[in-house]
Amino acid sequence: MTAPLVVFAVGNPSRGDDAIGPVICGRLAKWLENEKLVDRVELIEDFQLNIEHALDLRNRELALFIDAGEKTPAPFVFAQIHPSTAISHTTHALPPEAVLQVYRQMEGREPPPAFVLCVRGEGFELGAEMTQAAQGGIAAAMVLLERLILKPSLADWCA
Amino acid sequence: MTYQLETAAHPERLRRVAIDPVSRVEGHGKVTILLDEQNKVHQVRLHIVEFRGFEKFIQGRPYWEVPVMVQRLCGICPVSHHLAASKALDIIVGARKLTPAAEKLRRLMHYGQILQSHALHFFHLCSPDLLFGFDSEVAKRNIVGVAAAHPEIARRGVLLRKFGQEVIRVTAGKRVHGTGAVPGGMNKSLTVAERDELLKEIYRIVAWSRDAVRLIQKMHIQNPGLYNSFGIFRSNFMSIVGHNGDLDFYHGALRARDDNGKLIFDDIDYQRYDRYIEEEVRPWSYMKFPFFKSIGKEHGWYKVGPLARVQNCDQISTPFAEHERREFVDYAGGSPMHAPLAYHWTRMIEMLHAAEVIKDLLHDDDLLGDNLMVSGERQMEGVGVIEAPRGTLFHHYQVDENDLITMANLIVSTTNNNQAMNEAVRHVARRYLHGREVTEGLLNHIEVAIRAFDPCLSCATHALGKMPLAVELVDPEGQPIHELRRS
Repeated sequence: MTAPLVVFAVGNPSRGDDAIGPVICGRLAKWLENEKLVDRVELIEDFQLNIEHALDLRNRELALFIDAGEKTPAPFVFAQIHPSTAISHTTHALPPEAVLQVYRQMEGREPPPAFVLCVRGEGFELGAEMTQAAQGGIAAAMVLLERLILKPSLADWCA
Repeated sequence: MTYQLETAAHPERLRRVAIDPVSRVEGHGKVTILLDEQNKVHQVRLHIVEFRGFEKFIQGRPYWEVPVMVQRLCGICPVSHHLAASKALDIIVGARKLTPAAEKLRRLMHYGQILQSHALHFFHLCSPDLLFGFDSEVAKRNIVGVAAAHPEIARRGVLLRKFGQEVIRVTAGKRVHGTGAVPGGMNKSLTVAERDELLKEIYRIVAWSRDAVRLIQKMHIQNPGLYNSFGIFRSNFMSIVGHNGDLDFYHGALRARDDNGKLIFDDIDYQRYDRYIEEEVRPWSYMKFPFFKSIGKEHGWYKVGPLARVQNCDQISTPFAEHERREFVDYAGGSPMHAPLAYHWTRMIEMLHAAEVIKDLLHDDDLLGDNLMVSGERQMEGVGVIEAPRGTLFHHYQVDENDLITMANLIVSTTNNNQAMNEAVRHVARRYLHGREVTEGLLNHIEVAIRAFDPCLSCATHALGKMPLAVELVDPEGQPIHELRRS
């Protein structure tokens, strides 16, 4: 059975704060197991978002994209997103809005309500350790995520 | 050593146009073009601006970690690094010949990687240029634009890539950064259920791959003036070639030909690659410039990847792809085709071959076997070579008595194509920019030439906000007069 909530966590664990997504994914996996919620949430960890992730949106009630951000507000931004053709110049790593748009055009219907949680990172060098600021951002984001997952509805997430 | 248009005589007097980073290629690159006041081109360089540094990063690590660690190089072709490293470390653990089950599982993983990477490149990186035109409206020239105008092509692209990713997931354990291959073999085989799931889809995948070859072949035939000449330059070419001269992406011996197709070397054991290939450092790029030692720096550079492989082999072992190879060779008129846009045609022939090989492997019960590991006499040094989607990939390691890596040298596919890409960019700059006012559409011509090689310029940090495209126009005094930026 398809979990009603899909969470995409993206980033490269070997590049400093780009590991924010994978680290949150790992912590969420443990928390979901402790709370016995694993059948309610599917976690998908990847380096980059790409076109095939549109297929992972099928039969979902909600979708959440977690990523590191450069020069984005600290500690994080949480906001609803919508399909958009105003995409990046690169298609080897699509922004979340473009994944929603690919779903819309492939499936011929609207994607599930979707949100982005963008945690600010400070350094992205190969082999670098995660910064203290990013670790603080992850801790703050986890508090929000636990609350969101316990109330997985559009109304609660928009509140 | 200088190449035409590589270094201007008086760069201080010239206007500079920078495309930074190149869009829709893997990783970051930058093209700089120096123009004079009449917009005549004096210097063109493709720079690699991100220092990979991976060889240093893995020194001092235990060798068995390497097949997993090297995948951090790239989010698009991690399987190629995973398998090239595993092949090098097979030599270290004395596993010169794997069990049939282990080798076929690795092949399945690798051909799944070729399929998904070629599908991604053709349908989602290049089809916008090919379907809409190189100077079409920039807001439309992307995968979302393709999905809107050609929904079936876009849908097939998504599902072809998804299938390749599934092949990788069941063989490597994960869609990205799996752990299936280990020094000496594999750590898991396929279950009957996994095989049967893939079998349900594979015939449709083969059919769609045949359609894709026809689509790009039709584009060539309908517009030979563009496809046969855009960015063209002549060069040597190289790949590994399998048993009996077959096209083989997983294993074989090194073969190189000159621009007329005459053999330069053949049947070379890649453990001795460094007797035949040398890398030159140039001060303006982090990426090295390899060349054949026997010919020298000036004329010894070469191209790799689909266009080299399909013309370097004697035949393809699967029937549909062999038929398409013959069509391509006939179209080329009996001598090697050097047009960069022919990379797309040969890339689709390779995708078809990968689909056919996957079909055949899925009918082979060796994939279900549990005899997966061999070992032998421990060695201190090993080289692994594989034909990655973008071309020949070398991994070379030395290990000490404590099992720690003491030396690593990687020649990645894009490095092998470094000079070739620079030549293609210079040709396009001469043909399309020389003496003309620079527009976004003209600059995209430069990017089209680079994209034909499917370069991977060192990934993969992608955090939101990190990959803008900036085009700078700078006057002869070095003052910026115009900048375009999209993110």
